[in-house]
Amino acid sequence: MSLVLKLDHIYKDYITPKLIVPVLHDVCLHVEEGEYVAIMGPSGSGKSTLMNIIGCLDRPTKGTYELNGVNVLNKDDKTMASIRLNNLGFVFQNFELLSRQTALANVELPLVYAGVRKRERIQRAKQALTRVGLADRMNFTPAQLSGGQKQRVAIARAMVNHPRLLLADEPTGALDSRSSTALMELFEELNNEGVTILMITHSPEIASYAKRVCNIFDGILTERTDSDRTRIEAAGGGR
Amino acid sequence: MFENIRLAFQGILAHKMRSLLTMLGIIIGIGSIIAIVSTIQGTNDQLREQLIGSGNNTVKVTLGSGGESYDMEMSSSLAGIYPVSDATVERILALDTVDRVTCYTNRVLWETAVYYKDRSLTTSNISGVDDQYFDTLGYRVRTGREFLQSDYDHFAKVVVLDQTASDSLFKGEDPLGKTIEIYKNPFTVVGVVYEPSTFESNIEDIEDYQLMNDEEATGMIFIPKASWPILFKYDEPENVIVKASDTDAMTKAGQRTAKILNSTITVENPTVTYEAEDLLGDLKNKQKMQNATNIQLMWIAGISLLVGGIGVMNIMLVSVTERTSEIGLKKAIGARKSSILWQFLTEASVLTSLGGLLGVAAGVVMARIINIATGIPVGINWLAAIIAVFFSMGIGIIFGLIPSIQASNLDPIDALRRE
Ligand SMILES: Nc1ncnc2c1ncn2[C@@H]1O[C@H](COP(=O)(O)OP(=O)(O)OP(=O)(O)O)[C@@H](O)[C@H]1O
Ligand SMILES: [Mg+2]
Repeated sequence: MSLVLKLDHIYKDYITPKLIVPVLHDVCLHVEEGEYVAIMGPSGSGKSTLMNIIGCLDRPTKGTYELNGVNVLNKDDKTMASIRLNNLGFVFQNFELLSRQTALANVELPLVYAGVRKRERIQRAKQALTRVGLADRMNFTPAQLSGGQKQRVAIARAMVNHPRLLLADEPTGALDSRSSTALMELFEELNNEGVTILMITHSPEIASYAKRVCNIFDGILTERTDSDRTRIEAAGGGR
Repeated sequence: MFENIRLAFQGILAHKMRSLLTMLGIIIGIGSIIAIVSTIQGTNDQLREQLIGSGNNTVKVTLGSGGESYDMEMSSSLAGIYPVSDATVERILALDTVDRVTCYTNRVLWETAVYYKDRSLTTSNISGVDDQYFDTLGYRVRTGREFLQSDYDHFAKVVVLDQTASDSLFKGEDPLGKTIEIYKNPFTVVGVVYEPSTFESNIEDIEDYQLMNDEEATGMIFIPKASWPILFKYDEPENVIVKASDTDAMTKAGQRTAKILNSTITVENPTVTYEAEDLLGDLKNKQKMQNATNIQLMWIAGISLLVGGIGVMNIMLVSVTERTSEIGLKKAIGARKSSILWQFLTEASVLTSLGGLLGVAAGVVMARIINIATGIPVGINWLAAIIAVFFSMGIGIIFGLIPSIQASNLDPIDALRRE
């Protein structure tokens, strides 16, 4: 098994004019291909900050980060953009779909930036939408879709480039429990097909779908042990 | 690129009212410029048509002093100036700007000297012409014929009239074969020619040019050059008309011809010399005069364009703010800075190009309205229209640049965090 993600001794301080805000403290995280990892933590613990670093949108103050064995921290912005385009898929809490475009056009977007030709683009976008169960909603605009369907469009968009790693920041944050469950089932299926998933949540119930769970508290990441798992499941947090 | 253009049109259609208002400055600016350019073009075309005629390109090189033409009828003979020799004609023809040459004697008869029965011409213009004259000036035969070689050989007393002279002498009678009297000498009418409309113009300024259109023309009478001494003097100095190789060569052809002719004058410091008319130069001056006021209007239209451009910049800045999360998302999924830059630049320039196109349409309509309302001639200059559209595109690029750079520099994290 090869390492998709290799974060070592990551520190992140936000530097504001008035003060320095230390957010991440000596974070180490190794994720192997095919894993399904959830990161749990309370609000303000630094989950999004960590996700932005993993997503090549931000750089840590200190530490090393290898994605698929490549050090990404010494890359320029242009290379970072193409890493995001080709190696990473993003799913956000509030979907972030282009409201004027159809589901199909939304899913096509990464392929546009990858320079894929129109015909192949449409074909691949249709495939991705079919995969998430929206074959009959391709020409709907976001306004005509439910929250769960919008998130599926977002997942299709994230998957259309066949990324090595799917990053999801609170993907169920804006969904009701039924849509959340359905989404988690989709994630599970994708993971079973070999997609590596890294998901952020503060819901123990959602985290329990993952095969591996990490806790983050005040910027310190800890691997959850089996005893934690049993405790949470005993408390009714599991399925 | 096509994707960007498609997106731009989608954006414009999504905010029709806003886009239209944004484009208004550009539409008005481009529209005014097109209307003004059309008016200038129309006026210039008309002036050119009136002064130079269409494609005749003839330049008169006549005797005169300081711009005043010399009148053979009023003055005594000219010392040192003789009829143009064949050798001189050859030298003029050798000029590469000159295609044809014709030499002719000419007098304006202020007194009543031409009669047919009891009818007469009060003033007339009589020319003794060579066999090149009618062709060079583009005269056409209406009835009868031009002069034949035998007319020249036999000093024939034959005459060709122009339409004006024929009309006033014959009043609808068939003039062919009739005999008219010039200074009591009988001449037989062999033909009637009609003249190219603009040759006899002598225009000093724009009022003259308007007057000329109403003024009744003097009748023209032509006799063979060989027969000139029957009526007037032997060896009378001649005027010359050259046909330039093209319109732009007219000034040069005239000046060169005058120089050659003047070199044949045998006295030192003659008071009368050959002077070339400069229709092209006159035309340019007249066009310049007419255009000066219109050019000032252009500045006003230019200011409208500037305001339009600022409007575009403003709306693009609003658009960038509105679409912060869209930009953030696009960057997060891997759009490069340059992709975002191009997207917004395309949007701005599609907006202004569309404004430019509508402006051209508005300008054409305005020009037509000006034409109908005031009678000022207009000529649509399509090159100007195309330039105008590209110019509007340029305005979009220039004024869209700052908002586009702003968009492309957005930090995706900030952009996505903002709601
Ligand atoms: N740009 C910034 N400048 C300064 N401080 C920041 C900045 N972004 C985040 N922070 C601080 O970093 C800490 C962690 O923020 P982060 O967004 O990572 O939290 P989170 O775990 O994702 O919380 P939530 O669950 O509410 O999304 C917070 O205390 C926040 O105030
Ligand atoms: Mg967060």
